[in-house]
Parts: sequence; C-alpha cells; structure tokens
Amino acid sequence: MTVHRVEVRPREEAGDPAGRAALATVKESGADASLDRIDTAAVYLIEGDLADHAIDRITRELLGHPVSDVVVVGAGPARAAAVIEVHPQPGVMDPDAQAVEAAIESMVGRDVRVRTAVRYDLHGVDAEAGHRLVSKCLANPLIHDVCIGAVHPESFPTGHTHEMTVREVPLRDLDDASLEKLSRDAHLFLSLDEMQQVREHFRGLGREPREIELETLAQTWSEHCVHKTLKATVDYQGELPGAADIPDVEMRDGGVVRIHNLLKSTVAAATHRLMDEGLDDWCLSVFVDNAGVVGFDDDHAVCFKVETHNHPSALEPYGGAATGIGGCIRDVIGTGLAARPVAATDVFCVAPLDIAEVPSGCLHPRRILSRVVQGVRDYGNRMGIPTLDGTVWFDEGHVGNPLVFCGCVGVMPRDKVHGGPAPGDRIVALGGRTGRDGIHGATFSSAELTDTHADEFSHAVQIGNPITEKKVLDAILAARDHASGCLYTAITDCGAGGFSSAVGEMGETLGAEVHLDRAPLKYTGLTPVEIWISEAQERMVLAVSPANLDAVAAICEAHEVEWCDLGHFGTPDAELILNYDGEEVGRLSMEFMHGGLPDRVREAAWASPVLRAPDIEAEPDLAETLVALLSHPNIASKQDIVRQYDHEVQGRTILKPFVGPGGDGPGDAAVITPVRGSTRGLAIGSGLATGWAADPYLMVLAAIDECVRNLVCVGADPSQIAILDNYCWPGCDDPQRMAELVRASVACLHGGLAYRTPFISGKDSLNNQFTTESGETIRIPPTMLISGFGIVPDVTRCITMDAKSAGSALVLVGGTHCETGGSHLLRVAPDAPGRRDLPRVDLAAGPARASAVAAVLAEGRVLAAHDCSEGGLLVAVAEMAMAGGLGATLDAAAIESGGSLAVGCFAETPSRYVLEVAAGEAQDVCRTLADHNASVIGTLTDRPHLAVGNTVVQMDALASAWRGGLKI
Amino acid sequence: MYDCRSTMETMSTRPKAIVLTAPGINCDLELAEAFELAGASAERVHVNALAADPGLLDSADLIGLPGGFSYGDAIAAGRILAVMLQSTIIDGLRGAVDRGVPMIAPCNGFQIATQAGLLPGPWPDGPARTETALLENDGGRFVDRWVRVEYPASKCIWTQDLTGDDATMVLPIAHGEGRFHAEASVLSRLESEGRVAVRYAADDDPNGSRGHIAGICDDTGLILGLMPHPERYLHWTQHPYWTRRVVCAEDPPGLQMFRRAVQHVLQHSAAPA
Repeated sequence: MTVHRVEVRPREEAGDPAGRAALATVKESGADASLDRIDTAAVYLIEGDLADHAIDRITRELLGHPVSDVVVVGAGPARAAAVIEVHPQPGVMDPDAQAVEAAIESMVGRDVRVRTAVRYDLHGVDAEAGHRLVSKCLANPLIHDVCIGAVHPESFPTGHTHEMTVREVPLRDLDDASLEKLSRDAHLFLSLDEMQQVREHFRGLGREPREIELETLAQTWSEHCVHKTLKATVDYQGELPGAADIPDVEMRDGGVVRIHNLLKSTVAAATHRLMDEGLDDWCLSVFVDNAGVVGFDDDHAVCFKVETHNHPSALEPYGGAATGIGGCIRDVIGTGLAARPVAATDVFCVAPLDIAEVPSGCLHPRRILSRVVQGVRDYGNRMGIPTLDGTVWFDEGHVGNPLVFCGCVGVMPRDKVHGGPAPGDRIVALGGRTGRDGIHGATFSSAELTDTHADEFSHAVQIGNPITEKKVLDAILAARDHASGCLYTAITDCGAGGFSSAVGEMGETLGAEVHLDRAPLKYTGLTPVEIWISEAQERMVLAVSPANLDAVAAICEAHEVEWCDLGHFGTPDAELILNYDGEEVGRLSMEFMHGGLPDRVREAAWASPVLRAPDIEAEPDLAETLVALLSHPNIASKQDIVRQYDHEVQGRTILKPFVGPGGDGPGDAAVITPVRGSTRGLAIGSGLATGWAADPYLMVLAAIDECVRNLVCVGADPSQIAILDNYCWPGCDDPQRMAELVRASVACLHGGLAYRTPFISGKDSLNNQFTTESGETIRIPPTMLISGFGIVPDVTRCITMDAKSAGSALVLVGGTHCETGGSHLLRVAPDAPGRRDLPRVDLAAGPARASAVAAVLAEGRVLAAHDCSEGGLLVAVAEMAMAGGLGATLDAAAIESGGSLAVGCFAETPSRYVLEVAAGEAQDVCRTLADHNASVIGTLTDRPHLAVGNTVVQMDALASAWRGGLKI
Repeated sequence: MYDCRSTMETMSTRPKAIVLTAPGINCDLELAEAFELAGASAERVHVNALAADPGLLDSADLIGLPGGFSYGDAIAAGRILAVMLQSTIIDGLRGAVDRGVPMIAPCNGFQIATQAGLLPGPWPDGPARTETALLENDGGRFVDRWVRVEYPASKCIWTQDLTGDDATMVLPIAHGEGRFHAEASVLSRLESEGRVAVRYAADDDPNGSRGHIAGICDDTGLILGLMPHPERYLHWTQHPYWTRRVVCAEDPPGLQMFRRAVQHVLQHSAAPA
C-alpha cells in the first residue's frame, strides 16, 4: 500500500512558538552559537489506498488550517542546511496517530494507518550537528528514530506472526548458582531463596515450570507488587526510639530488636490502633485496595493514592512521568467499585539544575525536570484532573535516580467502597490494546539502575494515551452509575505486571481461567507470555456477571472504548489457568502465587550520625542570607512548573496552589470541594524533610508534622486528617540502609499515633541507586514523602497565607531552638552558628499545637496563616508579605535564638506557625495560645521593605530572588 | 450561597440546556452546573448519541460546547471533533441557533466552534469557512492563571452590561493554544460589527492574541466562543483571592453570563409570536 506524506507548518505571519521553544531548549544545553533559528513542521505519514481527491480533502479539511498553516504533500524543500526528523519508533504509543487514523476513517470511509513525526529545520548548523543536537535535546533515542532529511518510507513495518510454542524452563535440577543466573538473565529479579522456593514447588508437582508460570511468579513476587523488604522480619541493632512500643517486638540477646513484618508493625499498626480507638468508622478501606478510603460526608467517601515512577522517568522522563500519573489515576478508578478522580498531586526530586556533567547513561536534570513536568501536564490536563502541587527537592544524589511522586484523590458514593468478584463473573478487560510495551516494568522497578539499563530495558519505557484513559473513565462511571445498578462486581487496574497482576489479585480466592488469545493486540506477533505480562497502559479489568455483559458492551461502544471477554473467575481448585487458542499454556495454584513467598530475616545496624558544629562560627549577613534562601531552588517559586498544570478543571478548586492578589503566594495546601453543591471541602498537602535524611526517624517525624501543619494552616480539621507514606530508598542490602528504613517506619508508628493521623495507603521504591561506568555507586538520600488530606468542614472559612493588611501583628506560635542541623541555612552559610543536631519533633507539643492553632483559625481570629519550614521564620514572613503586597517590621529581640539572630530567623525548628492577627486581637490570641509559646514578633506594614532590627531589605529584591530561583 | 436555584421557579419554567460530551471533553460537569445554577436544567449528551439521533437537539433551549482536549487535540486543538461535527450534527447545531438557542463554547469549545463553521460567520453566499484561528500561545506552553478582562459593547447576549471592578472582572484561562489570529479584514469586521465579546486587559494578555481578543460572538449574538472559562467562576470561593473578601452582593460575572442566557430564553419563550 502507498504511504502518503503530508507536512504542515505555520505560515510566517502566524509565528512558530514551538520553533522558538525548541531553539531555547537546544541553546540551554550549550549548543553552537551559530544555531540561530529552528523551524518546526508536523509530519503525517498515511498508509492506505487513497485517491488524490481523498488526500486533497484530508490535507485541506483535516491536517491544515486555512488561516494559519502551509500544507505540503510530500517533502517540502529544505529551509536550512540541517533538516532533522524525529519519528516514534515502531510499537511506541503515538496517541496523535491513533486519533488521526480514526478521523481519516470517518472522513473517507477507508482504513488507513498513520504515523506522525516532527521535522526541524535548524539554521546555522550542518546536518551532522543538527542530528546531534536534536538527538540530545529534542528526542530520546530510546523511543525515537532521529533521521537526517525528510523521511518518506515506501511501507510501514509490520509485526511478525510467530509459531506458538509452550516453552518449559528446566530448573528442578539447577544448583543455586544456576538459579541465580537464570533469575538475572531472564529478568525475573527473584532472589536465591525465592528461586529455591520455586524449585521446591515444581519438584513437588513433578514437572518443570512453563515460562509463563515463572513470569507470573516473578511479577507477583516482585518488590513492586508485594513489598517484601518492608514485610520482612528485621533484626535491628542500635539505638531505636520507643522500641518497646512496637507491636510483637522481640528483645533478643546482644541488644537486638526483632521486628516481625516491619510494615505491619509500624505503619499499619498506627492505623489499626487508631481504628481501635474510634477511627474505625472513618477509615473505610485501608491498605487493601488500590487506594486508601476514608469517609467524607454521609453519602460520600474519598480516597487517595500516591505512586512513584522513578526508573522509567530516569530513562524517558516525559513518558515515565505521564504513565506514572496515568497509573495512579487508574488506581483511583480501580478503588472499590470505582472513584471519580478529582485532584492530582506531583512531587519531584532531581539533581541540581546547574551541574555541568552527568555520568554516562544519565540525562541532565534540567532535561529530566522539564520533561517530567510536561509529562504530568499533558496527562493530567487531558484527563481533566486538576493538579494541585509542585514541590521539588534538589540533591546531587538524584543524578541517576530522579524521584517522581504522582498522587491522585478520588470521590465515590459510600456504598461503592467495596467490591469483589463472584464465581462465574466474566473477566472483562477494557481500554487500550495490549502491545509489547512495558514488558517487565514490575521487575525492572525492583532492580537498581546501571549505565546499561537504558539499552537493556527500553521496552519498559512507555508513552501514555490520556484520551484512551479518559474514555475508559467515562465508560466506567456510566457503568457504575447505571440506572439498574452497578454493572460489575469488582474492578482493578492493569498496572505493574499487567493482566498477570490484575487477574491474579482479583482471582486470589476464586481462581480464574483466562484465554489470552482474546485480548485485542496493537500488532501481531505477541507471545502468550508477552500478552500476560505486558504493562501496556490504559487498561482496566472488571468482573461482570454474564447477565450484565451486554449492557457493559453497549456503554463501551457509546464511549468508543474497546473491550474483550478474557474468561471467567472461579475454577474448581482456585487455580489460575491460562489458555491460548484452546490450549493450556500455564496453570498455577493461587495459594502458591500469593502465599509461597519465603519469609526473610534482614539485618539492620544503626550507627548514629556524628553532626558537629564548625570550630569557628560566623553570624551570616541577614539580608544576603535571606536573598540566597529565597532563591534556593527548594524554596523558590514553583510557578514555572505549577502554572503548566490545569489546577482548576472541574471547577472544584477553592484554594489554588498560588494565592494572594498577585497570584504568587505559595499556599500551604490546596482545597477542593469533592461534592458539587456542598461547601464541605478537602485540603490536600504534603510534607518532605529530606534535609534531615541523616536520621530518617527525625526526618519522617518532621515530614508528618509539616504535612499536618500545611493542612491545618488552610483550615483542615486536625482530627480528620489521613496520610500516606511513600518510601524511596537508596537500597536496603546494607545493614545501615536497612536500619534507616526501620527508623523511618518506627517514626510512622510514633508520628501517626501522636498526630492521630492514620496511614491509609502507601508505596515503596527501594532500589534507587545508580552504578556508573567506572563502578561508582550514586545513592539517593533516604526519602519519605508524606502526603495527606484533611476534611475542611466549611470551605467558606478557609484561610490563606497572603498577608492581608498593614498594621496587623505577626504572631509566631512555637519556639525556635538553637539548632541548625539539616537546615537550608547551612546550605547557604555553612559556618552559621547553632547546634548541628537535627531538630526533633515534640510528639506531645506538636499535635497539641496543631489543634490549638486550628481552633483559633476556626474561630475566625486569624487573617493569614503560614507554616514555618524550609528556610525558617524569616522566609515564611517574607513569603507572606510578598504574597500580600506588603512589608513587615520584625522585632529582633523577639526572634533571636541562643544569642543568634540568624539562627532565630533561619532555624528550621518544626511545629511552628506564623499567624497574621489584627493588632487589637494579638494579645488575646497569644493568651489563648499561651501554652504554645505564642508571641508577637512584628508588624505588617505598607512600606516596601522587610526590616529586622538594623537590617532592611527591599521587598522587590526579595520578590525577584524568589521568582527567579527556579526557571525551567 | 451555593444552591442558587430559586424555589420560586418551577420545573416548567426551567429551560433545557444540552451540554455536549465527546472523547477528551472534560469541562462538561462544571458547564452543566453553570446552566443549573443559572436556572436551567442541564443534560450531558455524547456527540455519538446526537449523531445517532439528531432530533435530540430539538429539545434544547440552550447548548454548551465544553472545554477539554477533544480527541487529544491531535493535529491542532479541537480539529478532529470539529471535522466530525461537520459530517454529523452541524446542521442541527446551526438550526438550533436559527431558532434562537444561545450557545456557549469555552476554551476547546471555542477552538472547535471556529473550525466547525459556527464562528464567526455569517456566510450567506456559500459554505461556512474557517476565518479565525487559535494558535499556540506566544509563550510556547500551556498556562493556567486568572486574567483581567473587559466586556466591550457588543451584540453578545451572554456578556451584555457585565460590569465590575478590577478585582472582580477576571476570568480563569487554562490553555496551550489560545492566541487569537485572523486576517486584518476579518478583525476589522469583527470589531466594527460589535462581535468582540471579551477582551484581555492589554497588560494581562496571556497568549499574545490579535487585538487582545479573548472571545467573539456570531452575527446573532447568540453564540459566544471564548478562551476563558466562565464556568469556573460561578461561586465567589472560586475567585483567586476570595479570602481577601473581594465579594460583592451580586453573582460572580461567570455565573451572570449564564443567567443572561437563561433570561434571554425565558423572555423569548414567554412572548410567543
């Protein structure tokens, strides 16, 4: 069949912002000075039997815009010496091509295949330089072919059909070394004891495993799917705060503390104890479903899930981040009997943007951050889900392992919180087609990255198609809210492990029989194993009673959603039976799949970090330090990121990420109204305290404290806050790393109980280290993101952080300790005074203060409230004043700590709040908060400066430092 | 404050709004809410259902073409849905306007309307033409923020006599392709005929539009296409700095637009010819 080529470029007078943006991106990476212009054009390759008049109609009516475009059939002449084209590789998702195919088919009534590409004409460089620059800056060779000159192929590549064989993998007679080799070579990433368990199981069965059975076990037992490190038994040596409070803990000889099932004894134990103490009717579904669910109002529940997508984002940041948020959204859709996603959150950790060189195999952090933001933007915006967050943390340790946290909040009717398949229910898959993409994502995420991973695991890298997912969402909600009742009994998403995990989990107690040949494929040539474990995006699995199948099919058709009937739940011995073309290709007992994983004992040994102050301390210049802190990228404005997200779609966003009349005040948390027509709200925020990674116990307590304060500052009720844990660890193979993991977990127990904030869901990513070509290992700092949401009883009483009026008093609630360990102050002034100890959250005072502050806010006695975290008190006050277009005068004596004004201004003592209170009310509010060290520290003014003692800084200088600190 | 449906109104006086949905459309719920709060009853209908039964449009008193990313905005924003509407229900939509049905098309809806031959028009001598474009923002990226706007004197029934101060005369935008573009002759025709319904404040234009044009109407004033999202400005708590109490006694301008359209329908149906 003929391939037609069409080029569409903007007319001169219409401008070419895409070309300008491409030029800026290339220039940023230090391109040749001679490059002075890039022209872009969209390229469409259309394969099909189309007459000239059909092509003419397609180009005129569909592909080109009569006012603003120039359309060329074929290849337009070169406009510069370098003509470079970027084509998605065959098999890589190309959402635009799919949409164009459908449009052409509806226009001319003929089947066509479409591929899209982008053409760049680079002025001022030769073709070779152009190819190099485009490959480095505007394409990713993992998923794109970068070509010199205009490409016009004679035909499109096609898949190859294959001879179906059921391959056995002999392992009953393998020795340990061979088992380990098999695990690595086949990308199973199972440990020796797990491989031994598999060997024993098949010895017992008297046969060798088939490839698909081994793959199923590898997916089901992957770290990603079962969290085996966090569920292990741990023998811990060294100081451990409150060790005796840990449930089922054993004190063994030699000071060893044995903890059984770390996750259950810490994170989950906090929740279950809180539920025993009365939160059981609020926590509706915790740790068992795709997201944690709590009550919202009498009729509705809300759920929250946060995922990471780190390894894919390291290799292909755009696709990695997009499929990360896409997967997290599917988790929410797949919770209970489906929730409607109403908000998304995103937090990234990357290397500093100004580093000159990155190790081979890594992308530059600037490229990673800008592409990750675009990935989240394009997926979240197209799904129509407001993205409300944009925290970024910078650390050199992230050069090989960026962290991409994606969160999603959903709302659902209270009677749709639980589901479960019945025997005989059909296994219905709907959404995207299955392809070879994403194979081994679950096992890949459980491995550590090396400089060769990009080559070995490129098939784990994917591009998402948000419109497919949006159509799936529309269809599912129509089926859930069907006039005759919910049309399915259970639902889950196809995430890591694909069908193998989704069907395996849903059929855990009933068993399932699956016919793999029934899955619609993107192209021919997939083996049954590939169909079974493919992680192709945008697929959901439903359990549908046969009586409802026709109704589900009708809804899918109305919403242009493809679906298939893969088989049924319920087999005589609760087995998983896999068929292809009528032939059995695999059979596993669900009991072994879900219960066969061997228990494991991990060693942990803690050596406390030695944190010492310098011999000579120097009081830094206040003004310079404040400017340096405000422009530090951790603290600086994230507007360049967050404004690319639609944070108001659905019309629910009551407090936006940025507040104040200039729209540039960094809000502490966002607030939405999940239920249309109700003023009951939900505050959504997070806490991250990686600065204190030297002791993850203190780090996690600080993160919980920060998360609670952020939510309280906007008006959330601290007695109705639920939180989530996301561990991202540099690896756990060494006893010190493992000890850090234990300390973080124990902090979850203590912090969760103290703040009475149940953990409702969580996730871990434990292998975030990168091995360079020369064998050096680069580790991330231990990182725990605490995400939280809290009920706001009445959104019309919400508070924002922007200063409201000159003359108001500024009240600091909570004392500042003379400790600067882990603070941003030390990053900009290493010799600053103050003890180097990491601040410790006071687990009695912190929660009490949160309640007291919330009460004062609820009484309407506070004009503005802001949490005091990164950068300390002076940064918080500067942010408030900037956001309100005001100045401030502070009383040095009321601020200084341990004799140092700088420490008082910049220490990061937790559990502190800054409140704006009308002058006449200040003493009253301080009296109410007398138990919480509340004191007036200064006054807001209408003068254009911030004054502290003798130091005066112009607000303009502060604002430009803060706005300019992070440009992407 | 939230339930603005007056108890005085009865169901029989509630005009019916049809809000179109399609693959990738995602601002349909808030657009339906806007019609409801303004006194209409709203029904969301998929374009495929309308294509199968175009008669459904006959019951519409008001029509909403919502924002979103129809078909992923493949090729250009709104292009594919515009092409599909032209081969399916475009006559039904035009027919509705001919019998006096007001239509609003925010954001992606505007992008679709200009390419489907609904705006600007009229084209008495021949088929509908595409005469205006909404191009990639000057800044080269998607942007979400609130902008100050003006409502010039125009034919548009949605924006008649909307007034307020600097703090309240704002609207949210959230788009990557919103730069209004047309040839000089088309621009001057729109200006002289009172067809420019919404304009960005000159110092607050988020995308570099010709004439700072944010929204235009058709020759009848019934169809309003605009890049901003009035359906996200129905409650004062949606204002970007409402906690500073920039509230006035009236409804926010976003809701007022919908009220004007509903009033228009009620007045015209109350006085049969």
